Amino acid sequence: MIEEPFANSQSCIHQIDPKLRIVGATLISLEIALFKQMPVLISALFMGMCLIIIANLNLKCVIKRMAVILWFLFLIWLTVPITFDGNIIYQMGPIKISHPGIMLSAQISLKSIAILFVFMTMIATMTINSLGRSLNALHCPSKLIHLLLMTYRYIFVIEHEYKRLQKAMIIRGFRSRTNIHSYKTYAYLIGMLFVRASVRAKRVHQAMLCRGFNGQFYCLEEEMTHIGDIPFIIIVTIIFLGLLFLEVRCYGPF
Amino acid sequence: MDHSNPKSLIINLENITFGYPGNDDKIIDHLNLKLCHGDRMGIVAPNGCGKTTLFHIIMGLLTPDSGKIEIFGKPVCTQKDFINVRQKIGLLFQDSDDQLFSPTVIEDVAFGPLNLGYSSSESKNIALTTLTNLGLSDYATRITHKLSGGEKRMVALATVLAMQPEVLLLDEPNTGLDEKTKARLVQVLTQLNLSYIVISHENDFLYDTTNIIYTMDNGKMFPGEKIHRHEHEHPHSHHIKFVDKI
Repeated sequence: MIEEPFANSQSCIHQIDPKLRIVGATLISLEIALFKQMPVLISALFMGMCLIIIANLNLKCVIKRMAVILWFLFLIWLTVPITFDGNIIYQMGPIKISHPGIMLSAQISLKSIAILFVFMTMIATMTINSLGRSLNALHCPSKLIHLLLMTYRYIFVIEHEYKRLQKAMIIRGFRSRTNIHSYKTYAYLIGMLFVRASVRAKRVHQAMLCRGFNGQFYCLEEEMTHIGDIPFIIIVTIIFLGLLFLEVRCYGPF
Repeated sequence: MDHSNPKSLIINLENITFGYPGNDDKIIDHLNLKLCHGDRMGIVAPNGCGKTTLFHIIMGLLTPDSGKIEIFGKPVCTQKDFINVRQKIGLLFQDSDDQLFSPTVIEDVAFGPLNLGYSSSESKNIALTTLTNLGLSDYATRITHKLSGGEKRMVALATVLAMQPEVLLLDEPNTGLDEKTKARLVQVLTQLNLSYIVISHENDFLYDTTNIIYTMDNGKMFPGEKIHRHEHEHPHSHHIKFVDKI
């Protein structure tokens, strides 16, 4: 259900302390999300592509992940240029395509893809487990981290239960159709999943109580920053300042 | 249940009654149970007889309607009392997925020791030693949800043993295991220097792992036959028949 295709490959980015990668990805993504100048966004996209190459990611998986966001961008391109007010650059009957609409769609596309690249190379290259541990080391609320880790752990169990229920439906001749019976059956399936998840949650909590759980979560170990991470810190700082410099420079004449 | 054993008493249940809300029938009805040091007790009974409920009552996960629970000679009533009980008695759940909730094996095994107040490095050492003792040292960094059913069961046993308990309660530990894993489990259990209660439907498994057998009916416990290495039959309907293994 949740695969970690990027976490298993090997590259210099994979060796870097996950904590630094989380901080770096957050800072750069924040910049990309806030900046508006086209040269900055194009540079960010280029930087993202370089990171993908450096991280030695499987390009097929990269495209597969991008497909999700491309659908979203397709909808943006379909609606924003014709609904945004401003300079009309093309008119076909009642449909008017505006210049600011095109620019906004382009900005959204560049930003989304660039941020996706940054996250794929810096965050998706660690396992959910190290993500949790690193967030803990960065003093994120421990309850949220354990919520993340336990969701990740049990989503597979819930998926397994879903498949079992689905099989039970199929072997009794159920075929999905557009009728009340199908809707009702799916509602029962979802309802039953919630019931089972809730019962399981109770059992997991009991098992935790039996092992002395007192409401406090502890983390076993955290990965340490080492000397080999220094070049990464320098590169992230250069990217961060470079994008900032470009944005300020492009923004200047206005 | 008469249990004339001079050894020290670990678990003593007297007149325990328990019924689930909305059900007038008592699943546990004036039940008495005594587990002494060195006892390896097997409980065999049909589904729905209250075996798992009994374990949950011993662990304080369910509160009985009436009756007295004494663990290590001290009465236990409140949840606070049960916190100490849970350090000394380890419960292996029927479904290992309930027990293994951490992302990796080592973290799951170290969860108990961390809760007991051991430092990270001490907990890690305890976890590694426990895994090594069970021959699972290669599993330390494995992802728990990717383990097979048998591997999950062995790791779940490791998580319980890492608490360094004095007693184990094993709820159908052999269910769904292949012969090889079952044999390994038998080997591990017989080598442990612990008292335990095992719930199982398999006479062979109980034959190999226990020295005293009980059965449950109508919310009460009845003595089964002590396991002998010869074939015997008993006219009492509650008694268990063990087939000669030699």
